[in-house]
Amino acid sequence: MSNENAVELRNVEMHFNMSKEKLESLKEYFLKLIKRELHYEDFIAVNDVSFDIKKGDVFGIVGLNGCGKSTTLKMISGILEPTKGSVKTYGTIAPLIELGAGFDMDLTARENIYLNGSVLGYSKKFIDEKFQDIVDFSEMHEFLDVPMKNYSSGMVARIAFAIATVTTPDILIVDEILAVGDFLFQQKCEDRINAMINDDTTVIIVSHSIEQIERLCKHCVWLEKGKIKMIGDALEVCDAYKNSQR
Amino acid sequence: MASNNLNKASFFSDMKKFMPLLRNLVSKDFKIKYRRSILGVAWSVLNPLFTMLVLTVVFSKLLRIDVGTDFATYYIVGASMWTFFAEATSNSLSSIISSASLIKKVYIPKYIFPIEKCLFSLVNFAFTLIAVLIVMFARGVYPTWTSLLFFVPLIYCFVFVCGVSLFLSAATVYFRDIQHLYGVLLTMLMYLTPIIYNTDSLEGHTLVLKVVNANPMTHYVKYFRDVVMNNTIPDLTENLICIAMAVGVFIIGALIFKKAQRKFILHI
Repeated sequence: MSNENAVELRNVEMHFNMSKEKLESLKEYFLKLIKRELHYEDFIAVNDVSFDIKKGDVFGIVGLNGCGKSTTLKMISGILEPTKGSVKTYGTIAPLIELGAGFDMDLTARENIYLNGSVLGYSKKFIDEKFQDIVDFSEMHEFLDVPMKNYSSGMVARIAFAIATVTTPDILIVDEILAVGDFLFQQKCEDRINAMINDDTTVIIVSHSIEQIERLCKHCVWLEKGKIKMIGDALEVCDAYKNSQR
Repeated sequence: MASNNLNKASFFSDMKKFMPLLRNLVSKDFKIKYRRSILGVAWSVLNPLFTMLVLTVVFSKLLRIDVGTDFATYYIVGASMWTFFAEATSNSLSSIISSASLIKKVYIPKYIFPIEKCLFSLVNFAFTLIAVLIVMFARGVYPTWTSLLFFVPLIYCFVFVCGVSLFLSAATVYFRDIQHLYGVLLTMLMYLTPIIYNTDSLEGHTLVLKVVNANPMTHYVKYFRDVVMNNTIPDLTENLICIAMAVGVFIIGALIFKKAQRKFILHI
């Protein structure tokens, strides 16, 4: 039954053209075209990856830098389109890939909450209702009408996390973001993610903190050079991953 | 319900979902444009007035160009439409590139960015209309009943502008040269649009006249003048030409944009 799955990846491949030099002008382009010097080096970031993520699962992705973790997440959240294969998602997605995307630093936090909310596809009415929640969670009451360029990065992250998690999405995508903020706020973020997990939200986590993956995840995939090295129970995969690093 | 974010079927649901975003982006641009300026929105009215004053002195008084009617009114009515086109397209040009940080991190339909710039220019155009009315009353060219039809050429022009903007914003992602080239192109196009001259003065220059008449902006500017200050309504043929040009350019622009947008993320 397909609707037991929240995410389905089938033979997904992602290729990038790594042109040796980046052509950004018409003249260069046509010169190279005429000279037949338009070489591209095909770089396969994700190679023939298939897996399913069940509804309500907490799914971790581990691997070294450049193994295709972030690319996979971006394909799941719809930012990147796979070169081959198909990615299917069932339900609403809240991507926490780099917090604060879409903030305009010239605007105040109040204006940014509305702007960023609409970036995530929330209606104005919905943000009106949740505004107090967002401010309470971020604890930024005094600074609401200050332009965000005067914020510290931790403060920006607080606001961003509060907006992104104000709904209970069907699928939550978390990419390395729990590393920001002080430890109290990190704890608060993890609590909120735990609450969502209990609420039957499917959570996909990428992290270099293997302890975090072991603590939170049920299942896990280990990617190496764009391919699946191992997939299955989180503890087993993490053990194998840790052992391979020694 | 299965949904692939990049599916064509989700196009309309996307549009509904991201309407608030469109509105917020326009109001953001507006706030940023007038933030910390003392006169604020008044500049949108004052700017075209000042430009009109300068050009009227230069072209009407010094160079003695005759447009067959009051030059100040003739100029500002045509220029308001032209400015809308020029501002919207040159802002859209870089709209995709400058939204790179967003596009890379969140899924948003990408046509939002050029269309938003077009809408923002439309808002600015509304303020320019105040300047147009001020000049008309000051020069004794009073609006008539046909003036109420000003929105017809505006709609044609808006569709046309959206098409051009979609094309330009997509093309600029691949070829950044367009940013530099477009300024020159705009100047050229401006002189190919009857803003500071009348097409009647081109009699004898058949080729130039042909080019000027092939320029869609010529049609929109003339239509706008006809209804706003000349008390005439263009005939059916003229309307069909205007529609055909707008819809044609829009479809071409939208198709190119749609094809190009899948690879945007690899180039920004």
